[in-house]
Amino acid sequence: MLTKRIIACLDVDAGRVVKGTQFLNLRDAGDPAELAAAHSSAGADEIVLLDITATHQKRATLTDTVRRTAKELFIPFTVGGGVRTLQDAGAIFDAGADKISINSAAIADPSLITCIAQRFGSQAVIVAIDAKRNGSSFEAHVSGGRKPTGKDALEWAKEAESRGAGEILLTSMDRDGTGIGFDCELTHAISETVRIPVIASGGAGNADHFVEVFRQGAADAALAASIFHFGLTSISDLKSRLFAAGIPMRFPC
Amino acid sequence: MIAIVDYKAGNLTSVKKAFDHLGSKTVVTSTPEEVATAEKIVLPGVGHFAATTALDNAGLRDVILEKIEKGVPFLGICVGMQWMLASSDEAPDVPGLALWPGECSRFPAVVKSPHVGWNSLLIRKNASRLLSGVAPGSYVYFTHSYRVPLLTATAAECEYGGAFSAAVEHENLFGVQFHPEKSGMVGLRILENFCRL
Repeated sequence: MLTKRIIACLDVDAGRVVKGTQFLNLRDAGDPAELAAAHSSAGADEIVLLDITATHQKRATLTDTVRRTAKELFIPFTVGGGVRTLQDAGAIFDAGADKISINSAAIADPSLITCIAQRFGSQAVIVAIDAKRNGSSFEAHVSGGRKPTGKDALEWAKEAESRGAGEILLTSMDRDGTGIGFDCELTHAISETVRIPVIASGGAGNADHFVEVFRQGAADAALAASIFHFGLTSISDLKSRLFAAGIPMRFPC
Repeated sequence: MIAIVDYKAGNLTSVKKAFDHLGSKTVVTSTPEEVATAEKIVLPGVGHFAATTALDNAGLRDVILEKIEKGVPFLGICVGMQWMLASSDEAPDVPGLALWPGECSRFPAVVKSPHVGWNSLLIRKNASRLLSGVAPGSYVYFTHSYRVPLLTATAAECEYGGAFSAAVEHENLFGVQFHPEKSGMVGLRILENFCRL
């Protein structure tokens, strides 16, 4: 049976893992290679490394960090942040990433999705959508949540799929870092709109939140960062709780 | 030396990295001459079935068939396994190796496609050399939109919108639909079994 995926996210700034609340108040949480390996042996189904300061500082993603993190990692590994061109993506794949996540660059030039998908396959392209509530709808934001785009998140998800995206990484800007739970309404709306897998992100605080986002939110995968880094919930404990609640989970031998 | 055949259809870093971790000597190559000297051949693959036309253009089909004929172990991964069949609905005019009958077909509309994530193996051949030491029900990582039907060579099946072949094995021929290089300890065990053949 296909399981629901639990994805550990490493938000990286200058080669160190950090995690803030709503993208601010960054706290240092350690070395990305060490944390990725620890999460993998604890049962994480995938690792995502996001270079959170790359876009607004116009800095290239740290390929050395990617290479070091990928070296002993044998589960799917996604890298995002600062990927603006096919060449940027190529360098990150060369360094050992399996998928890239693009956000600002895809909004600025949606043909980039197709361009990377044609060269590396759709399975290697995740379009990240940072969505914020705006009345009764959701608006896509870029630059680490700093800039509204005027694009409706649902329409943008559909366009990303039609241009060749293999998955959607959906972050609720309203919930990110709050620990009060995923935005299940947003996740469900996107999941119903596209046929590709949707990864829910933003707001995880306890095991019940994951149950909710898989049930009510119809998410295929859920991502969290600080909840794991500071030992608030271990991945193996979380998976046991989800499995007990009837959610299909993988347990590594 | 294991030849990892590069036909410019995606990223081979992860496959090479997994063999490096196991201490196996590999060469990533797209030349028939290098493939001709290999002790084992791995044909990875992500993306579109049509990309396999590059194998014909590079003169790799004949050398791969010759090596298989001589008994050299061959492992197809993902699209590399699909290419071992006669054809795929994804690109009906592109011929596969036709080592087995049948064709690859798309998932039915009742399930989301692509099939992405960790799914369990139902092992059908207990004597499988490739899956030796792999526990029944072990999870491996898949990402694909087309699937290989059940064959007499099926060593393990998987369930997603119906049963399909997750692993095939016959004599020196091996194929996996999932990505062993991305399937944690289970995947490394499978690659190690291939290295030890």
